[in-house]
Amino acid sequence: MNLFLELQTALARLLIFPGLLFAVPAAWFFLWVERKAVARMQGRIGPPFMQPFFDFIKLLGKSTPPRIGIAGLLMRAWPLIAVSAAAGAVGLLPVLPASGGFQGDLILLLALLELPSMCIIAAGFSSGSIFGEIGSAREAVLSVSYNIVFLLAILSIAASQHTFSLQALAQLPSSPLRWLGIVAILVCLPAKLHLNPFSLPNAEQEIYSGPMTEYAGPELAMWELSHGLEWVAATGLVATLIAPAFTLWWVAALVFVALSFGLVLLLSVVAAATARLQIDTTVRFYWQCTLIFAVLAVASALFMRFRA
Amino acid sequence: MNLWNKLMCYSRRHSPWLFHMNGGSCNGCDIELIASLTPRYDAEQLGVRLEGSPRHADILCITGPVTHNAVNAIKTVYDQVCGPKAVVAIGSCPATTNVFIDSRTLDGPLNRHVPVDVFVPGCPPRPDAIIQGVAKAAEILAERASKKLPIAPVVMPLVGPGCNGACSCAAITETKNEEVQA
Ligand code: SF4
Repeated sequence: MNLFLELQTALARLLIFPGLLFAVPAAWFFLWVERKAVARMQGRIGPPFMQPFFDFIKLLGKSTPPRIGIAGLLMRAWPLIAVSAAAGAVGLLPVLPASGGFQGDLILLLALLELPSMCIIAAGFSSGSIFGEIGSAREAVLSVSYNIVFLLAILSIAASQHTFSLQALAQLPSSPLRWLGIVAILVCLPAKLHLNPFSLPNAEQEIYSGPMTEYAGPELAMWELSHGLEWVAATGLVATLIAPAFTLWWVAALVFVALSFGLVLLLSVVAAATARLQIDTTVRFYWQCTLIFAVLAVASALFMRFRA
Repeated sequence: MNLWNKLMCYSRRHSPWLFHMNGGSCNGCDIELIASLTPRYDAEQLGVRLEGSPRHADILCITGPVTHNAVNAIKTVYDQVCGPKAVVAIGSCPATTNVFIDSRTLDGPLNRHVPVDVFVPGCPPRPDAIIQGVAKAAEILAERASKKLPIAPVVMPLVGPGCNGACSCAAITETKNEEVQA
């Protein structure tokens, strides 16, 4: 009986809130907010509200070039894997109070968050396009540099509290260490979402569309969707870390949505206000500056552990 | 027409993604195409997005009088755009070869090589004319997908002065466009 109930909550989280039923419209909404914010920053009016939805439907109706052999099969598979990983990551977020979860789901969440960018790297290489390969190589270099900071920041928050359960982490009282971790994660998010100062892998006007160059039609629609879901998952992770614990479920949900929206706005404004950095500048930035964050965070995490 | 088809037509009309290709143009039209995306004209209000890869595009925007060197590139890129697709010829050059007429380096006009759906005349055309042409092409795209009929090319009306008057292109543009229309 208990198992059945747990299964039910897990399914509800994956399919309804914060899972697919909430996450897909939210993904389109965040994609729209991103484009609209950039447009407003440039003094334009920007795309209409339903634009990402129309783009998605239109892409579903387009044809794709023939894909042959194993490489073709893989090319069709990568966007689907990316979408399901991103959707799973959203479903794991502990938005509602007492929503279940298990010891160690933080590690699963980190893996699922990382999977879309792995898929992008693989997609670029299996497409066989020279621009795709350049884009993938850049994505790989970028992912190696920001992930150290990203993982250390999250792990230091987790280690200081001696838990790998998201539910427990989300309900902790805020501490200076936690804010340090959140700032470090925020610094990594533009690279994770391919936003402007670090938009190297999909650098338009430079290497066409990077790893996505050979993709068309429904496959491209899946990539757009996975990008939107990554927005929801990544901002949602920070939102759950920032949000104080609520007992009322609808207050928790509302605060979660409002915080995610604020973060999307912040990241889009930063993206619109900055220009793309070179790859070596980006890598140096992450290795030099933000490693300081991570070292500080780990040191204080250890300190807190031993003091407790 | 069922609901899904209606939605698809509506989406196609409201999300034209462009791929811009230079077929040997003097760069005047290319500048105007980019200008139509800038804050003053803001084509993104219609859902227009300039894409980096022809695979992503719905509408191929070709400028220039089609030089010998450009012919194969234009054909390749046309084949790389996934259907349903439309072609917009921007400027008087792809329609008539304009001031470069009778040059031995040319293999124009454009519709000898790929089917053109919308001609936007002008040397260069104003950004508003280009946006109008793209919107027309998006309409054609939606119609084509639903009816599968061959649709006759459309010549957009001339917006603004059309010519800066520095050369004789205006006269050529007018006569040649009438020919194209007829
Ligand atoms: S139509 Fe005029 S502006 Fe455009 S490419 Fe030709 S000569 Fe240049």
